[in-house]
Amino acid sequence: MLEPLQPLIRLSSRYSLIWKICIIAIAVIVILFLPIPISSQTPVEKHIKIEAGRFQFSPSEITVNPGDQVTIEFTSIDVVHGLSLDGYNFELKADPGKSASQSFIADKPGIYRFRCSVVCGNLHPFMIGKLQVGPNLLFIRGIVLGLLAVVIGIWSFNKTINPGNS
Amino acid sequence: MTRISLTQFPRVMNLFRSRWPQFILRAITLAGFIFTILAGLFGSVVGSHNVAIIFVWIAWWTALKLFFIPFGGRSWCSICPIPMPGEWLQNGGILEPRGKGFGLGKRWPKVLRGTWLQASGFLLVGLFGAVTLTSAKVTAIVLLSIIILAIILSLIFERRSFCNYLCPIGGFTGLYAQVGPVELRVKDIDICAQHTEKTCYDACPWGQYPLALKSSANCGLCMECLRVCPSDNLAINLRPWGSDLGTNTKHGLDEAFLGLVMVASVLVDSAVFIGPWGKLKLAAYNIGSTEWFVYVAIFLTFGLIILPGLFGGSTWLSNRFGKLKTSFRKALAYYSQVLVPLGLMGWIAFTISFAFVKFAYVLPVISDPLGLGWNLLGTTGNAGVGQSTSFSLLLQVLILSVGMVWSTRVARRISESMKQAIPLIVFSGAFTVSLLWLLIG
Repeated sequence: MLEPLQPLIRLSSRYSLIWKICIIAIAVIVILFLPIPISSQTPVEKHIKIEAGRFQFSPSEITVNPGDQVTIEFTSIDVVHGLSLDGYNFELKADPGKSASQSFIADKPGIYRFRCSVVCGNLHPFMIGKLQVGPNLLFIRGIVLGLLAVVIGIWSFNKTINPGNS
Repeated sequence: MTRISLTQFPRVMNLFRSRWPQFILRAITLAGFIFTILAGLFGSVVGSHNVAIIFVWIAWWTALKLFFIPFGGRSWCSICPIPMPGEWLQNGGILEPRGKGFGLGKRWPKVLRGTWLQASGFLLVGLFGAVTLTSAKVTAIVLLSIIILAIILSLIFERRSFCNYLCPIGGFTGLYAQVGPVELRVKDIDICAQHTEKTCYDACPWGQYPLALKSSANCGLCMECLRVCPSDNLAINLRPWGSDLGTNTKHGLDEAFLGLVMVASVLVDSAVFIGPWGKLKLAAYNIGSTEWFVYVAIFLTFGLIILPGLFGGSTWLSNRFGKLKTSFRKALAYYSQVLVPLGLMGWIAFTISFAFVKFAYVLPVISDPLGLGWNLLGTTGNAGVGQSTSFSLLLQVLILSVGMVWSTRVARRISESMKQAIPLIVFSGAFTVSLLWLLIG
């Protein structure tokens, strides 16, 4: 009886799918890019000593606040090492037993890896440290997106199939 | 579900039917394989200056996870050079069909069948990964050992026993090929049922009977069945992603083990290679030291006890919440389907985290493949340190979210009710958050 209406039904379900995709895309964009106000602390000057040796930085994890003026005093205790910071135009090199210093303003919130920039041996590509500037918003956004993913996964599955027969 | 047969197009069909195009591609990969071994043995000891490290662990390993598996299932296996020499010996020629050459042709022992050895091999690669991934010489020795082993096994056992039961990469690609968008299937079941000779089974190096194929896990897309079918009854289809997962496909306990090894390995590799913990890296690298044994103990405890324990707990709950109760072993195998999209997306996110940073090494190493100071393309020495960009970080978040959507859908699809799916979704969520933290935390 509904046969003459089939093209209309198909068209309507296609539009419905497009709408669903649009809603999901908007939700994803909002979660990933919506500006979140961060309670700002008064920027301070921070002096951080980092030692490099045996394919590791010490300390390997550093936390600063957005806006801090960070001075890195970089020392190598074995061979020549470098320290290159992702996301910032910042690089230091230190000869064995010597130090090098440089400052930068931590004006980009987030998590940034720093890596050895001078080939120092087999594990050189994995000689990595971590700088955290303020809260890790991308991780929080990722978790919210994960929750949305669960909702989408459940919502997009609207058929009930008898399981357990395989 | 919708399928598009690629073999309906005569030109594509001719391309698959002829052994030449595939042979040319395999000859190129074999030449590259041999060159990689030679470069590893005799080239620079500096990994980032040696083609063995950059091509195997940056270019090929990345291409496998970002291109071959997600868009071609086991398509890499169809051009893999490793079984080639052994197969030539088995076939008594380079372009010959199966089985007229040398070899004892014994059947692989029943007790060793399944993906158990492949999963164990993958675990072993993980235990020695920090050395294999960073030493060109070790990479070359591993590749050489693998090809020699494949040749020896092809002279003792029938067909591609090495690929089917031992190759860790075969296990990896086979597991995730189940969700790939390519499949080989028969066109008309009745035609196959009436054909008594089974030429396709005789010709298949993988020992598969196409009529019985319900999963693409063990089909290496070699096209041999398609070449010998007298009724032109085989097709290569494009299909929706995830087609082999559901209530009607068979999944064994070995697949559950393989899936768990894969998700455990991606977590451990992310901690070792992407994390900021120098002591962990050194422990993974200093093979034979006390620290390394501690690392091995932690890795194996996590991969063989803690993670399977958590997944086993989820499975037990899901089984308990269902109306149709089944044995725990069967439930474990059945619900392990959730691990497939979860693991694949996890590996893709992990790959993006390091490949995008290290990809700058590829051009310089092509220009100076042995690290001997050549400058064939004028790109030697141009590699920067490399850094993860905000784009690659966002991409990792999105890929992990896709994995979460996908595994949730699979959990829902294979469960009777929402209540039954929840423990599996919680496990998937815990894995995703852990990997997210390791990669961008």
